[in-house]
Amino acid sequence: MAENAFLREVAEKKYEYGFETKVDTEILEKGLSEDVVRMISRKKGEPEWLLDFRLEAFRFWQTQKQPSWGHLTLPEIDYQAISYYADPTKKSAGEGNREIDPELMKTFDKLGIPLEERLALSGTAVDAVMDSVSVKTTFRERLAEKGIIFCSISEAVKAHPDLVRAHLGSVVPYRDNYFAALNSAVFSDGSFVYIPKGVRCPMELSTYFRINARGTGQFERTLIVCDDDAYVSYLEGCTAPMRDENQLHAAIVEIVVGARGEVKYSTVQNWYPGDSEGKGGVLNLVTKRGLLKGDDSRLSWTQVETGSAITWKYPSCVLQGDRSQAEFYSVAVTNNFQQADTGTKMIHLGRGTKSTIISKGISAGRSQNSYRGLVKVGRKADGARNYSSCDSLLLGSRCGAHTFPYMDVQNDTAVVEHEATTSKISEDQLFYCNQRGIATEDAVGLIVNGYAKDVLNKLPMEFAVEAQKLLNVSLEGAVG
Amino acid sequence: MLEINNLHAGIAGKEILKGINLTVADGEIHAVMGTNGAGKSTLSNVIVGHPAYEVTEGSILFNGQDLLAMSTEERANAGIFMSFQAPTEIPGVSMTNFMRAAVNARRAAQGREALSAGDFLKLMREKRKIVELDAKLTSRSVNEGFSGGEKKRNEIFQMAMLEPSFCILDETDSGLDVDALRIVAEGFNSLRKEDTSAIVITHYQRLLDYLKPDVVHVLIDGRIVKTGGPELAGEIERRGFDWIKEEAGL
Repeated sequence: MAENAFLREVAEKKYEYGFETKVDTEILEKGLSEDVVRMISRKKGEPEWLLDFRLEAFRFWQTQKQPSWGHLTLPEIDYQAISYYADPTKKSAGEGNREIDPELMKTFDKLGIPLEERLALSGTAVDAVMDSVSVKTTFRERLAEKGIIFCSISEAVKAHPDLVRAHLGSVVPYRDNYFAALNSAVFSDGSFVYIPKGVRCPMELSTYFRINARGTGQFERTLIVCDDDAYVSYLEGCTAPMRDENQLHAAIVEIVVGARGEVKYSTVQNWYPGDSEGKGGVLNLVTKRGLLKGDDSRLSWTQVETGSAITWKYPSCVLQGDRSQAEFYSVAVTNNFQQADTGTKMIHLGRGTKSTIISKGISAGRSQNSYRGLVKVGRKADGARNYSSCDSLLLGSRCGAHTFPYMDVQNDTAVVEHEATTSKISEDQLFYCNQRGIATEDAVGLIVNGYAKDVLNKLPMEFAVEAQKLLNVSLEGAVG
Repeated sequence: MLEINNLHAGIAGKEILKGINLTVADGEIHAVMGTNGAGKSTLSNVIVGHPAYEVTEGSILFNGQDLLAMSTEERANAGIFMSFQAPTEIPGVSMTNFMRAAVNARRAAQGREALSAGDFLKLMREKRKIVELDAKLTSRSVNEGFSGGEKKRNEIFQMAMLEPSFCILDETDSGLDVDALRIVAEGFNSLRKEDTSAIVITHYQRLLDYLKPDVVHVLIDGRIVKTGGPELAGEIERRGFDWIKEEAGL
């Protein structure tokens, strides 16, 4: 009986970031066509080569079908019923002189992302993106002193066209998959990062994505280029208002790492997950991939996925350079009617390459949570090693946890290990906690955080604390 | 302190306790002895509020409060502590984090502020000494990889941290060697305050030699069939339970 009351209480609990900002937003008419692609490109004042890139991607996309291999029930998406561009920033009369609406500043304040540098988290530079446009990027001057470029990708196209042109689509070609083609055709904003040779980025870089406008999709595009002997740690956060209808988010993140370079990419994904009946929520269909181009390069993906109605996402690594090392750490939480099909691909091409996969799935309510991963070792990858560990934790008996590990090993000297466990929070454990005075909700939080701590420990400090709190909130009411 | 009236309770539709009457006054220690399956563990589980057990009749008052109307954690935070017979392992949750959550839940219920990390760790160090608990154990996951004796010591350590006013020791002596038994029993005694009361569930005399109960009850087939002074425990040790059954006409 107490449990039912608890469940009810939680079902009624609100998603903390579900508010909407009232701001004048220029929204492109709904629908998708070559004209729309051209219009987006024109609005952004893009060069010819980029328009051509978009159009090629769009034409390819038209020939493709939405993939159905995921362990997901993806609703029919009407691509003509979505607006592909929404700009919430006011433009003042002066040429290129952009004034930020105080409402936007307030929104990001409310989300805990102050855009005034004096208020910012120490040691973190932020690119704030709302809908299709980057609102502001902080600490740019300080970073520029070291030769680091951190700006929105739209600006990068204008200010650093050669860098962008050399790498855009080089890791995730538009032909990669259906959603990658769609993104390549209509992508709006996202961040661009360049760390020059031998430079250690002195602060955490982060992008905060926010969907605000109704009936729009967000198609962010992020490109990180970390040159030889350089280092950067990059964080990504995301939230959206509560809406009854599904919102589409189809992003691409590409990372290129030079010799002895190192990139740490962390995500705390908290898009609106839909309500407790499964209504609404963000469809998070994302392609993220890093190319470990140089020898001895390193890349780690750390993700805490708690939001979205549907998550379809496999941050992957192509280990091309000899002795390059890649890591994937993931905690994916699903509750109510959420569905997640997430994991990674580790493609070993170089000699002596090493990859580690630690995946922790937590399912509750009537949700479905799948790990899908591919470990591929090419013919030339002598001495390649992979260790994978995939754990699933079930809360209640109406949810599902699934593991789909694929292996393709073409080199005899490779060592590939895979471990998997499935466990449940037991009544005995909860009772033991209760008898010590710890309420069920807090007990679940303790156990889940303990279960996920190997991954949470990989996050930068400030993020780890946020992620812990987020796990507790997402799972409230999950015991049954 | 604790007043049990005509308590009927069971599990999965099967009645196990068939009308228990038991009053434990402040500062008293009551031993409950009995044969296997007599209902000793059911009695302790019902007092602390295990969700699997159902009370069909009767009442339990704790300091005048209706205990049966309170949730398990409310009972715990009102000062009731059970030392488990088989403490559960909770992988991934460190003893430190677990105890911190428990101590702060108790403090919150008392309207006190949460302890700072520094003060909390100091408290852990002090209390650990009482049961000679290895510092390594408190940095491990709750009960994970603990030996039987370590688990029991860990229970008394938790009692030291939470300072309950009413304790249930559910077969705390099972699986303990002589030295461990002494450490656990002496730990319990040193933690007792004048008004701390307890129910001690045991099969054996030896734990009672240390704890010196005021009253000994014999529980058979869901009923308390005999109540006596500490000498009753010695008599059971020598003669077993059959004579009591005969006396009670069972």
